[in-house]
Formats: sequence, structure tokens, C-alpha cells
Amino acid sequence: MSAPAPILRMSGIGKQFPGVQALDGVDFRLLPGEIHALIGENGAGKSTLIKVLTGVHDIDAGEIELAGRKVVFASPLAAQQAGISTVYQEINLCANLPVAENIFIGREPRRLGRIHWKEMRRRAAELLTRLEIDIDVSAPLSSYSLAVQQMVAIARAVDIDARVLILDEPTSSLDAGEVAQLFRVMRRLRDEGIAILFVSHFLDQLYEISDRMTILRNGRLVGEYLTAELPQVELVAKMIGRELADLERLEGRPYAGEGKSAPLLEARGLGRAGMIEPFTLGIGEGEVVGLAGLLGSGRTEIARLLFGADHAGQGSVWIDGEQVGLRSPRAAVRHRIAFCPENRRAEGLIPGLTVRENLILALQAARGWTRPIPRSKQEELVEKYITALNIRPADPDQVIKNLSGGNQQKVMLARWLILQPRLLILDEPTRGIDVGAKAEIQRLVTELSDGGMAVLFISAELEEVLRLSHRVGVLRDRRLIAELDNDDDLTTGDLMETIASGAAS
Amino acid sequence: MSALLRHRLFWPGVVLAGLLLLNVLMTRNFLAIEIKDGHLYGSLVDIARFGAPLILVALGMTLVIATGGIDLSVGSVVAIAGALACLRIGDLNDQNSVGGVLAAVGISLGLAVLLGGWNGFLVAGAGIQPIIATLILMVAGRGLAQLISDGQIITINSGPYKLIGGGYWLTLPFGIIVVLVVLALTAFLTRRLALGLLIEAVGGNAEASRLSGIRARGLLVTVYAFCGLCAGIAGLMISSNVSSADGNNAGLWIELDAILAVVIGGTSLAGGRFSLGGTVLGALIIQTLTTTIYSIGVPPETTLLFKALVVTVVCLLQSPAFRAKVFHRRRRPSASSTASEGKVKVPA
Repeated sequence: MSAPAPILRMSGIGKQFPGVQALDGVDFRLLPGEIHALIGENGAGKSTLIKVLTGVHDIDAGEIELAGRKVVFASPLAAQQAGISTVYQEINLCANLPVAENIFIGREPRRLGRIHWKEMRRRAAELLTRLEIDIDVSAPLSSYSLAVQQMVAIARAVDIDARVLILDEPTSSLDAGEVAQLFRVMRRLRDEGIAILFVSHFLDQLYEISDRMTILRNGRLVGEYLTAELPQVELVAKMIGRELADLERLEGRPYAGEGKSAPLLEARGLGRAGMIEPFTLGIGEGEVVGLAGLLGSGRTEIARLLFGADHAGQGSVWIDGEQVGLRSPRAAVRHRIAFCPENRRAEGLIPGLTVRENLILALQAARGWTRPIPRSKQEELVEKYITALNIRPADPDQVIKNLSGGNQQKVMLARWLILQPRLLILDEPTRGIDVGAKAEIQRLVTELSDGGMAVLFISAELEEVLRLSHRVGVLRDRRLIAELDNDDDLTTGDLMETIASGAAS
Repeated sequence: MSALLRHRLFWPGVVLAGLLLLNVLMTRNFLAIEIKDGHLYGSLVDIARFGAPLILVALGMTLVIATGGIDLSVGSVVAIAGALACLRIGDLNDQNSVGGVLAAVGISLGLAVLLGGWNGFLVAGAGIQPIIATLILMVAGRGLAQLISDGQIITINSGPYKLIGGGYWLTLPFGIIVVLVVLALTAFLTRRLALGLLIEAVGGNAEASRLSGIRARGLLVTVYAFCGLCAGIAGLMISSNVSSADGNNAGLWIELDAILAVVIGGTSLAGGRFSLGGTVLGALIIQTLTTTIYSIGVPPETTLLFKALVVTVVCLLQSPAFRAKVFHRRRRPSASSTASEGKVKVPA
């Protein structure tokens, strides 16, 4: 296969945001007539690269060549006029307008100064037929499924004479049938010679559709590979940044409890369409169950269903052998389940309140507003947990937004520990905090489980999951695909292989 | 001294003191308070007495704003409560019967609570933005008040009813006593009991509050219903003071004064932390301002402009960013932390 000249070439791209080097010397190229996947974990620089390419951000270093000519895009409009079209995850069309108008908005065919409606509809229908989409172009866009809306957005992009089409996570809200439909359109456009840049977190989809991959990690280029030549397990290793050979064995922690006889909590066939396929998972007293998987694989979704933060569409939850309804976080708290969410800032902290108020919030909520916690009791509790978790500064009346991330996280933990939960769900409790606080939180998890608390531990760091868990559930593409006992033989390499291959090894 | 400067009620306090001083200079015996026939009289008493409805409405508004919402319908609720009470009393055979007046008061306050709860339902249950949800009742409520009073101004002549807004009890104007009772009750519910903490949590971060197990829906309905109750009491006071109910003009624009009072008192419109004391201070500033405008003889056609100017000054003084710009040069470095207090620190 003799490679044609690249339509797009980016070389040595650098982009700095305050305090962060988002992109550092990244090279990237796109060939006409190929589907090129851009891959990386969260924060790897994918979206920054796309924004630089589409003129949303300007670049600090490097240059962009389009069809052999050096270009500088001052705005998204300039990029679009040069032939680079983008379809974002959230479709930015006008759902209330007819399909045809959405396609031609801003460039309607005219006759004698008036919009030529008939011509517009004819051309829209023609365009969609070319993409093998058979819909009524005079119906409002909102009457069609998200997949069709996405394809209308693509049709619009293609019709503006696109040479480069960027699809940023187009499949994240589509079901399997819709994805297939989208892929058919993508293949057709590829065969017409358009270069397609495709971003997705779903490994299966990447392997199904892409011809070539570029992997980013921490704002740097890892490499460019032909999809057919890169096994999935190597891809995962490159994304996470460990070579298989380098992986060290970490100590597993044998589970001392009774084992599988009577789990404290059991989810049976619990699931919710579009979030997580039905799964069955049990957690025993004193057991730490880790969840491993890539971003978007359904880790957080499991946690939220078990806490009642989202409604489960199907399945049931059993506690102590009895079925319980977890319709709301409040109901979960009544069954002594606690949940530290992944996004501390948006879902955990009340930024304007003090450490003391944040700490007692869950307990006060459980008691209801008519039964205040006496001030002396509050101070005693707060004092106890500030000391126990080594929260600094040790000032209960400090406003919490002034604390460092690690200390905020400890306050979040303390908020739930006050309630003495039986099951503690931790979603990425150590992300974005410094090493010292991280070690303290890990030690705490071990101590809590030794004391009989069940812990569901979610982390993107496989080492951490392996170090703390007795058992590891592996997720991939919103499905719990394996449950592995953390015996002496389990390595992060095994986890990665399971994530990559989609089956227990 | 710096602790005093940093206190969030410092600047509103300065403004109120300034306004009072202006009055002392312009009006003879402004500060004089005397007892005539066992009743307290004086300009200061008048400010408190005429400010009572606004203070009440602003108290309810404070809690609503603390949840991150707003209630535009309070003015309409004022009109409805007044109209319904006057209608019921007007229908009595004996307008001076205490039982009949109590029943009328009870029914109109009940309706006010219901209307507030309706707002709360729209906001918490149906998920409508507070400004829109309460706008509905703001507009429709005027119509409801007109409907109740049949488009007329209902005039009554009832001694017991007159007491609420115009009477005296234990030498104090009855309205001031009502305000003190409601204020004490609110302070008890929010600060002694845990209602305040939960309100501030919901206003500070609604999703985090839900995930902490707070039943935000019930809380919001309660808060809006309380706001309705406060507006209802204010409505009774206003109509009682003039012994009539005017569905069109009673409580007109009071929602704006109430919101202003809350903001002047240092409660952020974004929700979260609230200050009942600040709100009372804010309402007193607005009432004093109104009194001042009359006493120093600002021409009627420029009163609104004058009011706007004073409010602008208060808001500028309240703004940490503005204070930092204007006063920073003259401060010693030790005081500079005052200026940065209001800025949001974003740790990386």
C-alpha cells in the first residue's frame, strides 16, 4: 500500500495552559481516504489537539500544513472554510428546525434573493441518499434518533466541502445498531477520499473502524500505528504508559473473610440502558473489591447504581439476603452505603461551607433538620476525624475550598466514615492528590476493611487496585467482563490483557 | 479593628449609620422617641414600623435565595393575602368579631403557604427555573387578587384587623412585634435546628447535597412555602394599615426591594451562605432611604434616581473587588487579606 501524501500534517505542536503543558511536541498526520483514531486516557491531550486543529485554541509551538500549505486558523470558522469540519459529541444543530434547513443553515440556496425551499429540500435529500440515509428532510430534526441527528451533522459537514472530518466521540450515546449505521456512513466517506479523525473510548469500535491510530499520553506523542499491526493489549499498555515486560508483581491481599457464602451486598442483573450492561456482583464484609477498566468502561456507573444516585433500569440489589430498593442516595444511606464520588468538586464539596459543616453534612442529612447535632458533639466528631485522617490545616472553621485536594478528599471520606457505613464506595479517591495523602488514603482503606467494612474501590491505576483489592472486577465497554481473585499470580499485566481482550485469561 | 472591618455587616452598617446621620442633620428631633398614651412614637419607630412588611418578605426571600433560587411572586402573594382577608372580614356580620378576623387571617395565611408551596413544587418537583416558576405566580397572582376583590378596592372597618398593621401592643407597634417573633422563629429554625445548614448545602452544591442524602425536594418546598407565609403576613400588615385591599397596587415591586435587601445584607444571589441579620439591616437601609427621601425633600420625580444612586454605592462598597481597587493603596499590607477574602481560590 503506497501511502498517498498526507492531507494534514501537524508537527511539533505545543500548547500550554496556565500550569499545564497540554501538548508537547506532538506530531500528527492524516492521510486522505483513511479513518484515523486518536487515542489516549483523559488528560492525554486529545481534545486539546482537536481544538488546536479546528482553530478553537492557537498554538504556542509547531506548525500545521493542510494539503502541503502552511496554515494558521484564527477561528473555528477559518478552519471550516479551509475544509476541516468537526462534529462534536453534543450535536450542535437546531433540533426544532427541519432536517433540510439544518443542513443548509447559513448557506441556503436562493433564487431572486428568496430562499429556494424546494431546491433546498431536493439537495438535502440527494445528499442524505448518497450517505444511504433514508429520511424525510422536511421533518424536524428532533423527530429522529440521536444517531440520525449525528449523521445529519456529518452530512452538513461533508457538504461544506470537507476534506478533513473530525468526529469527537460520536458513538458515546449511540446503541449498537446506531453505531453500525454510523460506521457504514464513515466507511462510505472514507472511500470517497475524505480523511476522518475519530475519537472514541471504546476499544472494540476503534479496532472495527480505524485504519491507523495515533496514541497520546500526558500531552506527548506515544506513536502512530497501523491498527492491524497493533494488538489490543499493547495498545492498552501504551495508553497507560507501561510496557508489559516492565510490570512488576504487586502483593495481592488474600481475603480473610468467609468468602462467597453470604455477601453483605449483592447486585443481581443490575443495569441501566446506555450506562452499564446488567451485571452481578457481590461484596462481603471486610472485603475490598476493586474495579478496573478504562475511562468510560462503566466503573463509575456501577458505583452510582449501587448508591442509588441513578435509577437502575433492571435487576435488583440484595443486602443481608433481602431485596432492597435503592431509589435515591438517601435510601442507600439508610442501608448504610456510602459513596465518595469521582468528581469531588462537582459532586462532593459544598465549597462555601467550612470543614466542620462539610464533615457533618451526611450525618445531619440522615438525622433530618429537626434533630440538630449538638455543637459539643459536632466539635468532638470533627476533632476526632481531623486527627484520625490527619486533615490539614486542622482548623474546623476553615472554608473547605481553601484546602488542598488531598485534604478535601479526606474531609469527603470523613463525612461518610462518621456514619460508620457497612459498604463504602470510593470512586477514584486518590486522583489529583499528592503522594503523601494518597498513601494515607490507601492505608485507611486497608484498615477499614480489616475492621469489617466492605469497600468498592475504583481507580484508573491498576497497581493501586491490585494492591488494595481482594477481588477485581474488570470492565470493558460498559460491561463487567470478568471477576478475578487477587491471588498471588494476578498481575497488572493480567488485568490489562483482560481489559484488552475482553475475556478472562 | 481589622476584625470589625472584615465583618460582612460592616459596610451595610456604615451606610445605615450614614443615612441616619443625614436625617439627624436634616430633621429636628429625629432621634427623639417618646411615649404618648402608652404608645411609642418617633421617627425611628416609624422606620421600623413601615419597614416591617419589607423585613418579613425579605426574610423569606433570604432563605429562597440561599437555596440558589429566587421568588418573584411575593408581591402578588401580598396582594392576594390582603384581598382574601379583607373579603372575608367584609362578609362578616360583625367586622369587630375577633373570631371572625382570626378565621380570615388563618385562611389567607393558609392560602399564602399553599401558593408558596406551589412555587416550591414547580421548582423542585417539575424542575422549572425558579425565576420562571415564580414569574408565573407573579403575573397570575395579580389576576387572582383582582378576582378575589372583584376588581374593586375592598374597604373594611375592623378593629381587631386594624391591630395587625396599625395597632400597638405593650407600647410597641404590633407589626414590629410580629417581625421580632418571625425573625426569632426563623433564626431558631435555621441556626438552632439544622435547617440553615441544609439550605446552605443545597444552595452551595445541589448535586453534592443530593449525594449526601439530603432530601432537597422537600426542603425546597418548605422554604418556598415559608417565603409565601412571610409574604402573606406582610400582605395582612399592609392591608390592615390602610383598612383596605387593593389587588392592583398592594405589594407592587416589593419583590425587588426584598431581593435588594437580601443582597445588601451580604447573601449571594448564587446561593449558599445567608445572613438573616444582614437581611434585616438591608431592609432597614431601604426603608430609611425611603424615609430620608421624604424628609430631606428630594423632588418626587427624582426619588427613584436618588434611591438607585444610594443602592449603587452600597453594592459597590459590598464588592470586595471594588474595595480592593479603591482602598487598597491606602491600606497597610496586613489588611490586604481583607480584600482577597471574597476571591475564589482555585487550588490546582
